[in-house]
Amino acid sequence: MDLYEYQGKQLFARFGIPVSEGALATSPAEARQAAEQLGGPVVVKAQVLVGGRGKAGGIKLASTPDEAEAHAAAILGMDIRGHRVRTVWIEQASDIAREYYFSVTFDRGAKKALLMLTTEGGVDIEQVAAESPDRLARLHVDPLTGFLAFHARRLMFDAGIPAEEQKQVAQIMERAYGAFVETDAMLVEINPLIVTPDGTVRALDSKYTVDDNALYRHPDIAAMRDVEAADPQEQMARERGVNYVKLDGDIGILGNGAGLVMSTLDVVALAGGSPANFLDVGGGAQADEIVTAMEVLLADGKVRAVLFNVFGGITRCDEVARGVLAALERLDVDVPLVVRLDGTNDVEGRRLLAEAAPPNVHVEETMLGAASRVVELAREAA
Amino acid sequence: MAIIVTEETRLVVQGITGREGSFHALRNRDYGTRVVAGVTPGKGGQDVDGVPVFDTVVEAVRERGANTSMVFVPPRFAADAIYEAADAGVETIVCITEGIPAHDMLRIYNYIRPRGVTLLGPNCPGALSPGVANVGIIPAQVFAPGRIGLVSRSGTLTYQIGKELADSGLGNSTIVGIGGDPVVGSSFIDVLARFEDDPGTDLVVMVGEIGGDEEEKAGAYISEHMTTPVVAYIAGFQAPPGKTMGHAGAIISGSSGTAQGKKQALEARGIRVGSSPTEAAQLAASALAG
Repeated sequence: MDLYEYQGKQLFARFGIPVSEGALATSPAEARQAAEQLGGPVVVKAQVLVGGRGKAGGIKLASTPDEAEAHAAAILGMDIRGHRVRTVWIEQASDIAREYYFSVTFDRGAKKALLMLTTEGGVDIEQVAAESPDRLARLHVDPLTGFLAFHARRLMFDAGIPAEEQKQVAQIMERAYGAFVETDAMLVEINPLIVTPDGTVRALDSKYTVDDNALYRHPDIAAMRDVEAADPQEQMARERGVNYVKLDGDIGILGNGAGLVMSTLDVVALAGGSPANFLDVGGGAQADEIVTAMEVLLADGKVRAVLFNVFGGITRCDEVARGVLAALERLDVDVPLVVRLDGTNDVEGRRLLAEAAPPNVHVEETMLGAASRVVELAREAA
Repeated sequence: MAIIVTEETRLVVQGITGREGSFHALRNRDYGTRVVAGVTPGKGGQDVDGVPVFDTVVEAVRERGANTSMVFVPPRFAADAIYEAADAGVETIVCITEGIPAHDMLRIYNYIRPRGVTLLGPNCPGALSPGVANVGIIPAQVFAPGRIGLVSRSGTLTYQIGKELADSGLGNSTIVGIGGDPVVGSSFIDVLARFEDDPGTDLVVMVGEIGGDEEEKAGAYISEHMTTPVVAYIAGFQAPPGKTMGHAGAIISGSSGTAQGKKQALEARGIRVGSSPTEAAQLAASALAG
């Protein structure tokens, strides 16, 4: 789960990482009020879960509350790379002498946390890594020892952090690592980490991702999820416990097991079709769960045909067939369904479908055959 | 011959009194696996259809000689169960549980590796050596005994490929599910190395998917260290970046972890990659024949 900048900064503050004072606003009037309360020049920052908002005009400096109100009016409602801005963060403007970068990432390849520090902050870190890799200090931390004093020294001497700032930077790194571990983060990034003209080091931005599997032990962070920003269908799927990702095409796809469903999308694309979604009903799905999954899938008005690709292991194909028939009975299904059942109780599943013989259900024997068939049917319906 | 689950396997099932735990423990036993014990804290002294239940793993090891554990414990308690098994001296741990926090797995991984413990999973279907033993939830009826090793991050996709192989008259030495989480106990390389050393395996099918760089690393390993031929399949060409595709580990981060990148990395090493499960099975068949 990705957090907004202001949510990441709330966590920074909780762990003792210095941030600027600010307030959230959802209207120009609130932005003005926030600017008045903060006093002095402020920055109006779009809160979106996507990079590049500065270039898109989503960050503006305001020297007066009037200006803050005007900027908020322009930024709220703006579309930044497909994300509509619904909130802005109003923050005291900072004087910046230097911009650094620090991050803690979950390095799944090395099976350790990866810490990166550079004095070349404020830009895209992948660019720094590509263009001047020697300026980027990198160090892995063993999760069994945690962050040690020498880790801080090595990173700072490698990166060339001036002596007078080392105490502050070391403390920020230690606290960021603490936040990373204690909040089950996959990413904690501070870019830029600024140094003000008077030598104070502070986090000016935050990028923060928390492991979905660990949210059960962080109810406060789980509550930060912005349900309104999610795609309505993805939200509906989440509420119903269905594993769903929306795509752009017109062929609805449903299967059991993430790998098989991903493979089904690929095979449909190879057959010339365009998948509308990824939908994994998981293992051992019962008829009711199939109906729920179909409901989520069909809520996408672009879907012209649906492919069921099920390989029964724990999942029983007769149960899936019952689910298909129940969905046809309970939902208004006006698109053709191609069903391919294999594995546990597949013969029984196919028999149930053949007996009921609903007019818009097409049973196929193989995965490739089913993919070609659903592509044809989607074309006919276009 | 087989790897990881063999004639030597003496299985203890952690979480055996749960619905899934008991169902699969007995299913594994029916297949011929020696299921010697179960563990559920507080239920020691009971039995599940004749399988004795203990309070702790160490008792199961001491009393019944268990050397392999299957973890069916809910995600909040699964990490603890893995530590308990490793600490009790269990050599091979197969964790079926899905949803274990990634940081828990990071610590577990760094704890067990120096101790020489083999961990499969979490979030994996287990391992099946057809005709020998089955530890996990893989539907054995799909697979036939044979000489092809199969290693995969996914469950049902592996069944699909196993069926396509069986339809072409081919079977498997061992089918190994390594799991779909960002951090798993055994990598492709760990399993490929075992297949390389297994006289019963003539060819390996590696089934990868988006996320991470384990397939790329495996490609380098195969070309540098293996004489056993390998063919591959990669799922997730249609996956958009930044979205988790079912498996917690199946996510394209930035520009890394794409299916196209993995396919190219493997092909650059001379490893053939099927465009569909069907084609991967055909490549395996022709490589064996040729």
